[in-house]
This record gives sequence, structure tokens and C-alpha cells, in this order.
Amino acid sequence: MHELALCQAIADTVSQHAEGQAVTGVEVRIGHFRQVVPDSLLFSWELLTDGTELEGCQLTIDHVPAVIDCQACGEKTTLDLPILLCGSCGSSEVALVSGEEFLIASIDRTREVC
Amino acid sequence: MGRFHHHADGSVQEHDHRDVGDHSGYPETGVERVMVLETILAENDRTADQNRSDFADAGVTTVNLMSSPGAGKTTLLKRTIATLSPQLRLGILEGDIATDLDAHELEGLGAPVSLVNTSAGFGGECHLDATMVRSGLGRLPLDQLDVLIIENVGNLVCPAEFDVGQHSCAMVYAITEGEEKPLKYPVMFRACDVVVINKIDLLPHLDFDLGLFLANVRSVNPMAHLIEVSARTGDGMEEWCDWLRHTHLRRAPDRGTARSPHL
Repeated sequence: MHELALCQAIADTVSQHAEGQAVTGVEVRIGHFRQVVPDSLLFSWELLTDGTELEGCQLTIDHVPAVIDCQACGEKTTLDLPILLCGSCGSSEVALVSGEEFLIASIDRTREVC
Repeated sequence: MGRFHHHADGSVQEHDHRDVGDHSGYPETGVERVMVLETILAENDRTADQNRSDFADAGVTTVNLMSSPGAGKTTLLKRTIATLSPQLRLGILEGDIATDLDAHELEGLGAPVSLVNTSAGFGGECHLDATMVRSGLGRLPLDQLDVLIIENVGNLVCPAEFDVGQHSCAMVYAITEGEEKPLKYPVMFRACDVVVINKIDLLPHLDFDLGLFLANVRSVNPMAHLIEVSARTGDGMEEWCDWLRHTHLRRAPDRGTARSPHL
């Protein structure tokens, strides 16, 4: 539901990094525990960039799985639901090592090559 | 593909030469990949920090109050103002997509209210962001407040993603919403320091399994403080009001001298 607002934030940051060049692609890195619907984000991106200098700029979403690291047994578990229990020993002494990412990773911009 | 270049300013950029072509001295077009690695909400977070700094300067403790529509935020606030005011000087920043209905309900109870409608732009934002909150702060006498409660837009998803500069997050959850929502909306439940479980007076009339709900909340957020209330009858309000008082008092050392002799 807030994907349009996220796209506006992405577009603003992309424009700041464009340095006057055309931007043809943006890669965002979004953790599994973020509430972003990929299709909504892509749809909002198209809607928002239409008719602007970012029209046609390809948005790529890199989905990062949610992984916890168990402090008790040392095992790593990839989670679907946000229940922070070790998949091996059941301990709740775990640290979330990935899954909350919310980054603009990179942009592809055209440039003059000499 | 991808080469890393070290730039004079110390930054490292990966340049992806997809369309290199002939390097014969004539300018031509290529594509370079520039690593940005900036959080999507960086701009929002900067504004949230400004808000937090203004709150600290004024000695105000700020609580971001969230819930789905109809969970009882406004009713809870009415009773909260009636219970705590004037010993604890409350202010309300009221976020709504449209209308001033809630703001109107809260006016005249002893707490200043600033309304922020989010309907500008694409037909109404489903959350408050830091800039929207900032736009409503000028209408509040921050220096004369102890606690500012930001009543966010009713929504279990989006408000949890936006830092508005608050010190604590609280949510109101009505038992009519079912037991499974902590698992379906984990970001919200994980973001909150306290969950106010409202409409508890309806428990005898519902199939709601309170034990299962509490277990679900604890499975996603073991640290959350859980308070059962009925904003309608007033049951449990004292515990919620105590939580607000203590949350403010815990921050009070930041502010030097206590400015609320009644506390």
C-alpha cells in the first residue's frame, strides 16, 4: 500500500545520484521481513516514472531471505514466518542476520566514453 | 562483468561496461553501474532525526500510536487525556487520510490537537511519514508538553515502515481482529514497545482465544509490553497510563530539571 511512497523516495535518491546522466536501471535490495509487494512496487514505479526523466528506467528487486544465527548451537535458519526460533535446536537466542534490508543498491547510468 | 574503480574522493564505484564499443577517441555512450547503498527511506529518516531533535529540545516524549482502522485509538486517547491531564501535559498529532472527525472528537478535552490530513498527492497516503508529522508540529506548543502522542493513520502495514521521530511505538489491537494478525503483520508487531489489547470487555461474547493471541505476539516480539484494556469501560486504563508516565520519566534525565511538578 505504501509502495508509491517508496517509489517516490527511490526516484528522489536516484535523481540525486544521476549526476545529469540518464539512468537506465535501478537495483533495490529488500529483505523478506519488509512489507513490500514486488508487483506493487514495479507497478508503482512505472506509474510514477511515466513522463519523467526516469521513464523506461528498469527497476530490479533483489529479494534477501530472512536468516537467523543461533547463539546456542551456531546453526543458521532461513525463515518464512517472522518467528525467531532456531530451526535446529529451537532456541530463541538468535540474531537476525538478514531480512530487514531496505536499500537502493546501485544505479546504471549512461555516460560518455572516450 | 563489472569492474571496480577507486575514485579520487575515496568512493568505490563498480562500472559495468555493457556497451563499450570502439574506443577511438570519439565520445560515445556507455552504461556504468554506480553503487548507491543508501536506505530507501534515508530522506525520511533524516527528517525523523530532525523531529527527534526538536522533541528533545522541548523535553517532549513522543509516542507513535498505530492500529488498524476501528481498533479504538481515538477512544483510548479520549480516556487517556481525561485520566492524565493536567498532571501529564499531553498533546495529540492526529493523522487521518481525510476529515477532521477524530480531531474534533479530541478537541476541548485539555490537550492541544494538530490535525494532519494525508489526502494530498495520490488520493491519500496510508501512513504518516516524518515530513507530514513535521508539517503538523508548528501548530503544537511543544515547549508546554510532556508527552506527544501521534495518532497514525489506521493501517496495520505501512505506518510501521516510517520512522517519524518517535521515542516509542505503541499499538492498539482490538480482540475483534482475531488471533493470527501478529503473524500476518509482523513488521507492525515487531516495531511496537507496547501492545494495548483493547475491547477486552467483549471477551465473553467472542470466540477470541486470548492465550493464542498472546503467544503469537510473543513469538514475533518477545519484548513487547502487553496491556489489556477496555477503552469503553475504562478497565486497564491505569496500566496504560502508567506505561506512558514511566516512558516519559525514563526520558526525563535527558531534559535536566523535571518540568512537571505533579508527576
